[in-house]
Amino acid sequence: MIGFLIQRILQALLVIIAMSIIVFLGVYAIGNPIDVMIDPASDQALREALIHRYGLDRPLIEQYFIFMNNMLHGDLGESFIYRLPVLSLIWSRFPATLELALTAMMIATCLGIPLGLWAGYKPDSLSARAIMAFSVLGFSVPTFWVGLLLIMMFAVELGWLPSGGRGPVTNVLGMPLSITSLEGWSYIILPAFNLALFKLGLLIRLTRAGTIEVMSSDYVRFARAQGLSESKVVGLHVLKNISIPIVTVFGLELGSTLAFAVVTETVFNWPGMGKLIIDSITVLDRPVMVAYLILVVFLFVVINLVVDLIYGQLDPRIRVKAAS
Amino acid sequence: MSEPVLRVKDLRTQFHTRAGILKAVDGVSFEVGRGRILGLVGESGSGKSVTGYSILGLIEAPGEVAGGQVLLNGQDLTKLKGEAIRRVRGAQVAMVFQDPMMTLNPVLKIGTQMIAAVRAHDRVSRKVAWTRARDALAKVGIPSPEERLDAYPHQLSGGMRQRVAIAIALLHNPAVIIADEPTTALDVSIQGQILAEVRRLADETGTAFVWVTHDLAVVSSLADDICVMYAGRVVETGAAADVIAAPRHPYTAGLLASVPAEHEPGTRLPQVPGSTPSLANLPPGCAFAPRCFRAGPACTTTPPVQDFGDGRTALCHYPIETDKCQPLSSTSTTYRSAS
Repeated sequence: MIGFLIQRILQALLVIIAMSIIVFLGVYAIGNPIDVMIDPASDQALREALIHRYGLDRPLIEQYFIFMNNMLHGDLGESFIYRLPVLSLIWSRFPATLELALTAMMIATCLGIPLGLWAGYKPDSLSARAIMAFSVLGFSVPTFWVGLLLIMMFAVELGWLPSGGRGPVTNVLGMPLSITSLEGWSYIILPAFNLALFKLGLLIRLTRAGTIEVMSSDYVRFARAQGLSESKVVGLHVLKNISIPIVTVFGLELGSTLAFAVVTETVFNWPGMGKLIIDSITVLDRPVMVAYLILVVFLFVVINLVVDLIYGQLDPRIRVKAAS
Repeated sequence: MSEPVLRVKDLRTQFHTRAGILKAVDGVSFEVGRGRILGLVGESGSGKSVTGYSILGLIEAPGEVAGGQVLLNGQDLTKLKGEAIRRVRGAQVAMVFQDPMMTLNPVLKIGTQMIAAVRAHDRVSRKVAWTRARDALAKVGIPSPEERLDAYPHQLSGGMRQRVAIAIALLHNPAVIIADEPTTALDVSIQGQILAEVRRLADETGTAFVWVTHDLAVVSSLADDICVMYAGRVVETGAAADVIAAPRHPYTAGLLASVPAEHEPGTRLPQVPGSTPSLANLPPGCAFAPRCFRAGPACTTTPPVQDFGDGRTALCHYPIETDKCQPLSSTSTTYRSAS
């Protein structure tokens, strides 16, 4: 187990280093940020001074090592626009995205798995067909459009929910969260549902496919021959066996939701990281872009590590392989 | 034979397919007494496994039990639905499947699966269920059962897994255990051990076994009675020793002749010519007629059940007469032709 963990952590480090090079080069290729930052009317001397101050006149390799050195010291630079250290800038937006992503994943999971189980358990029933039709809509209709429809419906026509923004927040463990109050929920529920829709469709289909496969297996037939009730057959045998693909997709989706909730955050004016990165790209705020992308890589690596560890818990055969 | 625990009467199971209705089990009747072992013999596709599933009501759409009775101590199981049949499964009639690699859930511990099986019928604590599971494992000859309960299926050999499956079947002391080719996937020495174990269990616990198999060698060493199936019908019944010594139905004779162990080395192994007919396309009359060396003009009509006494029957127009018959030698010459 320890060996497995060390191996995975080394792999993760390699991925992060490779990604840091790619990100750094990619952003370098975009061009000189100084031209965007300063007044076009400024003179050449000021321009040169700034370039020198940001170290942009040094060789690329040197710039990269300075950047890496700073990163290892926890310093990812300062935003050109906000004049704030990027880490604290991103961190200030992180809780909003985190709670939005988690709420969305919760909605997707709590609805998707039971619906998928049912659709797989009775694949020919009318309700199962309805569920499947819904799931197709879930991941084929564009997110922004559904978001707009939701706002039209619940905020404009019915007036039940606010059309955007984030509600009042309270501090939980140093993170300002809005899901602690009912009013906060009224703000989060629409964007979260909007964000959940795609994942919901995905989870339904995944769960259904797994359920159909497991239901026709010998061990389910054997369990029935033992007189196990149907709820026990599904709850004990089916659920555990379909959980591996579900956990995989859950992990990937959680990562991508945290990193790229951009569309939903824009539509609902949700002050999260997605909006920050889009704004930063528009104004070429290089340190924020770099830091954000590296953070995203880090996030994915960590999530995948956790998913791998959960695999071992779910399937004993994987555990054995990892140990040997 | 004492009063039978399980009596199957004119059982009919059919599958609705695009090719029409397939009669996988077409009027099968047999009975098993307490502590007896019935060998249900036939080639692949003869309907023997489907018969097993039908008894427990485990036939799923597009299949259905279309007629007949399955009487367990007088109660007709085919009439039971939902919760009522669930209470029978595992408690009164248990089942063991062919492939022990597939019948245990790979991601659940043996203990978890056995405890679930105990608690499916008895409202007992996990601890009590665990103890019963351990005792059941010990009963089928599994060494250090406590450790096995904590193991996952992949940590056990095939033979051990099949013992676990038999132990699960024994948990509630069922009246009948239906074993669907349980030793086919095992190697011969393990098979021998399991057969000995089953014989002992049947004698000790009084559990009746329906042993579904295509292997006549297994049946001859294990079963008290034999029921030979062909294309969904029972073609011959009788005490195991009698049927094997002197088969009445040409099909049984052919099966017996093609057992390698009974055959003189160095000569071509006789076989029954042709293959099992498709259920969608059965010949009229006797389904075996096209492959039969004794077939005559009458065979295009449904053959009668000939009763020879002592429970011996054959579904045939021209059954083999015992006095004329030296079954192994005569049939082996008759069946030599196929190539």
